[in-house]
Amino acid sequence: MTKERKTAKKESMFRLTFERLMRNKMAIAGLIFLGIVVLMALAAPVIAPYSYEEQDLFNTLKGPSGEHIFGTDNLGRDIFSRILYGGRNSLIIGFVSVGISAVIGVVLGAVAGYYGGKVDMVIMRLLDVLQSVPAILLAIAIAATMGPGFKNCIIALTVSSVPGFVRMTRASCMNVQGLEYVEAARSINARESRIIFKHILPNAISPIFVHATMSVATAILTSASLSFIGLGVQPPAAEWGAMLAEGRNYIRGYSHIVIFPGLTIMLVVLSLNMLGDGLRDAMDPRLKN
Amino acid sequence: MERLLEVQHLKKYFKTPGGMLHAVDDVSFHIEKGKTVGIVGESGCGKSTLGRTLIHLLESTDGKIYFHGEDITHVDKHKLRKLREHMQIIFQDPFSSLNPRMTTVETIEEPLRLTGRYGKEEIRELTRKMMETVGLDERLYHAYPHELDGGRRQRIGIARALILNPEFVVCDEPVSALDVSIQAQILNLMQDLQEERNFTYVFITHDLSVVRHISDEICVMYLGQMIEKCGAKELFENPLHPYTKALLSAIPIPDIHVKRNRIILKGEITSPVEPKPGCRFAARCPYCREECSIPQSLQDMGEGHMVACGRVKEINR
Repeated sequence: MTKERKTAKKESMFRLTFERLMRNKMAIAGLIFLGIVVLMALAAPVIAPYSYEEQDLFNTLKGPSGEHIFGTDNLGRDIFSRILYGGRNSLIIGFVSVGISAVIGVVLGAVAGYYGGKVDMVIMRLLDVLQSVPAILLAIAIAATMGPGFKNCIIALTVSSVPGFVRMTRASCMNVQGLEYVEAARSINARESRIIFKHILPNAISPIFVHATMSVATAILTSASLSFIGLGVQPPAAEWGAMLAEGRNYIRGYSHIVIFPGLTIMLVVLSLNMLGDGLRDAMDPRLKN
Repeated sequence: MERLLEVQHLKKYFKTPGGMLHAVDDVSFHIEKGKTVGIVGESGCGKSTLGRTLIHLLESTDGKIYFHGEDITHVDKHKLRKLREHMQIIFQDPFSSLNPRMTTVETIEEPLRLTGRYGKEEIRELTRKMMETVGLDERLYHAYPHELDGGRRQRIGIARALILNPEFVVCDEPVSALDVSIQAQILNLMQDLQEERNFTYVFITHDLSVVRHISDEICVMYLGQMIEKCGAKELFENPLHPYTKALLSAIPIPDIHVKRNRIILKGEITSPVEPKPGCRFAARCPYCREECSIPQSLQDMGEGHMVACGRVKEINR
């Protein structure tokens, strides 16, 4: 009886995925840690004990203490506060650049995969050009021509991660569209846009989701490297990569300056990867329970 | 009897690196309204390609297709949309013919929605009725395909194909992926629906016992060509083409006391890429002679029994 009731009610694919994700301990751990970091970054003005740019030149390079739990940097700024504010920049750069490039990449990839032939040729060759330049070099080039800064950093990261999404979507769509239900959709007069977005993409999307979570991690790392070489977020604004860069001269004597932002980056990337792994397993409709 | 569909010299070639692949090569036949034509042949003989070409899932290379006497070989988009409401297809594999992310109801009602002619209530009512007709329980409304067995999935596929009340349905091996007990259920369902609504079927299969059960007329295909065509009963009682004889001798007989006279074919099926002129079966035919290297055409052996074999009279003396 209970079983009948269960099948008689529509369960959305989203909820099913979420339920299955919740059974994966690693994924939950990743999700929880990520949630905490995001919340803390959002609530930075409330939580942070100091301003991210407030200098205290009498208390520079102090180790962790009750007053400054992560210590202070070379200008006497509170590292904990800077990590909180820096999280806003780092996370926004990561999620926004991946979000935009995912949308562009999925649409281009689906179109290339579905239509094939010349359309596919043109799209893929253009991407080959983009991809032949290493991501970091491309980002450097964009930052160098358009000037360093938050917005250009996002643009650079977006451009460099689009090809990955296109390739992934294209391959995934080509797998799906040979199946008979796509032919069935054609035979019942479904329009091409409907075939692509209702019949092909939902069944091709799970590897793309996974790729997206992992890409956020990569984007955060790349933005950190960009900031590290001075082409990302500009001081005094805080950003995790920039904090590493600024602290590199003091690593020997005052390692806490780089340990805390470095640790944050590592843990965020790790939790994104665990979440991505969990998502991949949870999104397969055949692996029910 | 009205000819619902007529095909003349239909050809479908595919470009391959090795040359033109002759998937369907000069096939002609017609179907009367309310009848079932079975198309049999081994895998790779072009029967599925033929079925898909008939309903414009594939564009034909050459030849003519008439529907209700009207030439529909090349139609524009608008006309094709109209046409497809009258021509549907039931697929072979119930595991890949349903979108795994759509529930039973979503799949069945989709054709109705896409016409844009029906209101919400009407769609719900028609879908409910159709599910009842094909024997799908109400509690499966919101089930996803992976929760259902092969027979139920195939019922969904049938419901999707028939909900628009098409006149002509291509059944592409609709039961070959199912086990025997369910095969019978599905076949009976399809026959009942045909009687009730006067559907016309083209039934593609490699399963001879199935085709005998359901067809009025049978076409035998070999490497893209039609080699024999006649009434279902006649074909099983009096096969004339050497290939058909061999094919029929392969049907298992469920009786250990009956000694079967199997005709074992030697050799491989020849390549459909740039085939040589002449009889395509010649390489494996026990009766092959020199004269078999000239192109063969269907000849009437009386009462509409058509055979494409130059030596048919000598062989069947």
